Amino acid sequence: MIKKTFLSAVVALGFAGSAAFAAGGEAHVEDFDFSFEGPFGSFDANQLQRGLQIYTEVCSACHGMKFVPIRTLADEGGPHLPEDQVRAYAANFDIFDPELDDTRPGTPVDHFPESALDTAPDLSLMAKKRAGFHGPYGLGINQFFKGIGGPEYIASLMVGYEEAPACAPEDFPGHYNTAFPSGGIPESCKDENGHATIEGSWIAMAPPLYGDDVTYNDGHDSDLHHEAEDVAAFLMWTAEPKMMARKQAGFAGVLFLTLLSVLLYLTNKRLWAPVKHKED
Amino acid sequence: MAGIPHDHYEPKSNGEKWLHTRLPVVGLLYDTLMIPTPKNLNWMWIWGIVLTFCLALQIVTGIVLAMHYTPHVDVAFSSVEHIMRNVNGGYMLRYLHMNGASLFFVAVYAHIFRGLYYGSYKAPREITWIVGMLIYLLMMATGFMGYVLPWGQMSFWGATVITGLFGAIPFIGESLQTLLLGGPAVDNATLNRFFSLHYLLPFVIAGLVIVHIWAFHTTGNNNPTGVEVRRTSKEDAEKDTLPFWPYFVMKDLFALAVILVVFFAIVGFMPNYLGHPDNYIEANPLSTPAHIVPEWYFLPFYAILRAFTAEVWVVQIASFVTGGIIDAKFFGVLAMFGAIAVMALVPWLDTSSVRSGRYRPMFKWWFALLVIDFFALMWLGAMPAEEPYASFSLIASAYWFAYFLVILPLLGVIEKPAPQPETIEADFDAHYAPKTGGTKTLVKPAE
Repeated sequence: MIKKTFLSAVVALGFAGSAAFAAGGEAHVEDFDFSFEGPFGSFDANQLQRGLQIYTEVCSACHGMKFVPIRTLADEGGPHLPEDQVRAYAANFDIFDPELDDTRPGTPVDHFPESALDTAPDLSLMAKKRAGFHGPYGLGINQFFKGIGGPEYIASLMVGYEEAPACAPEDFPGHYNTAFPSGGIPESCKDENGHATIEGSWIAMAPPLYGDDVTYNDGHDSDLHHEAEDVAAFLMWTAEPKMMARKQAGFAGVLFLTLLSVLLYLTNKRLWAPVKHKED
Repeated sequence: MAGIPHDHYEPKSNGEKWLHTRLPVVGLLYDTLMIPTPKNLNWMWIWGIVLTFCLALQIVTGIVLAMHYTPHVDVAFSSVEHIMRNVNGGYMLRYLHMNGASLFFVAVYAHIFRGLYYGSYKAPREITWIVGMLIYLLMMATGFMGYVLPWGQMSFWGATVITGLFGAIPFIGESLQTLLLGGPAVDNATLNRFFSLHYLLPFVIAGLVIVHIWAFHTTGNNNPTGVEVRRTSKEDAEKDTLPFWPYFVMKDLFALAVILVVFFAIVGFMPNYLGHPDNYIEANPLSTPAHIVPEWYFLPFYAILRAFTAEVWVVQIASFVTGGIIDAKFFGVLAMFGAIAVMALVPWLDTSSVRSGRYRPMFKWWFALLVIDFFALMWLGAMPAEEPYASFSLIASAYWFAYFLVILPLLGVIEKPAPQPETIEADFDAHYAPKTGGTKTLVKPAE
């Protein structure tokens, strides 16, 4: 452990070069148009509910969301489900209760369960722990204009499964995905400098969505592209459930401070005018 | 207070006199607030107020965050999520605190470079400068330990890398690192002591801020001309200065409000822009992130740290001369701390008798290059350690040292400075010419 830690530190410091960077390829992340983008954007409650349906019927077979309390499904600025539906939804989960030393039906105060599969990452914060956009040249300009790209990354990953490129051996483990940046890449798909010649890499997760995996209650289109968008929007909400309140606070702050700036500007100007000989 | 002659507080009522003879606190506040301030201060003199605001903001939001945060490796990450999801306004508190650190460093860098350009470090303000550098060092320590508290991947691996630097010190390094970590590796003991120190250091900073203000209130502010306020009489001093209240309080508050508009826009609309997504992944000692990067405000010095690899000839010479005691890793650490040390020693490295860069025709260009160099280093610190970035880092690091150790000492000898104004008043009137024919504010010839 200590040795590993030390070695990692050395790698990080660059004394041993950056092997990880040399191996990683470019990934393709599509700039989806989400309703919650920009200072004026807001979550679409219907879309979040559709995303919840996909999460429940598809993702939750392997993934969990241990940081998300079920009761927040009723929150305004979120999926905004009626209380009784939230209670009924929670009751679907078998929650282990250490006090009973047994499982019991879930209640709204419980959190979503942890991942059922050890290798499946928790999805609570997925939309904030992945960046879809980078650069150019490490300058952060793309992220400034397009956002960090977490939900775009998730949606792109959902639609990014493709036939493996010809350079890869047939038995290469995993599934080829154009949006996945950090998986394995066969040596035969790298150039002489070790840089990947293909977009994306191989991911362990099998394609979770094919289109028409769920039947939406609101009759919304359930092709792959829409499903990907809906589940990505839902995961943005689970990662940042207070986004609407935050933007409102931001607005109040910006408006108030702009007004204050104007008043202080005028006060300051008036105060200094005699000193600067602007008036007598 | 010594220094510029001005009116002092005179207690009037009996109650005021009673208090003043026992504890002259009102007098202290009055003299501090009414301190004569050079009237030609430009907009680069507003960062002090911004920094004071940042310190207050960080302390207030930090105290409330500490009420909800749990410094234990098992729950630290989820307690931050608890703040984000369940605490009233918790998301705002945390984002203010998180981005407040960035604003703090924006302001401190602007403040430092202001000082470097206008020669605010020169006699008699060396103590102000040194205390300022101490504050800056403590800010970095506080910022670094604060970044560890959410216990994300970057927290953990950043802590591992940075504490590893201390391990590179010959002979005592390993014990020192163990002492810092509270054990052989980053673990619960580390998190606990970092939390404790992260709570303590801001108050040490607050104390040093008082010393910083005390020092420059004793010498008087520097100003864009670098020409001192006339102290021959109160009347002369008043021609060069204005009281801090209300003139500079209003000016500074206006600037602060404008800066806070931008700050609130970032907190409200893009609070994670300056952060790293990996820190939303819970710390995992068994999985190293592909690319460990510190927060943006450490990047310039991180670039200097990484620049000196075993292939660099200075490193090889140092290693040869010291019989291998100074290896590449230790050299990098020395270079990183040295980069800050040369900045702290600048009062004695700059040989020019002219204070303000405004009247130093050659200095101006070297200084501009230093600013570019600083941003270049910041960018290089975020890039992977491979060519061509490694060579660029080395050149940029070399310039940083060359500026302080070679260029500044030489410039004072070879540069022919431009003429400086006789007085601050003359400089001010050159910008804001008095109206002719007016009776109140007729221009007076400079003495």
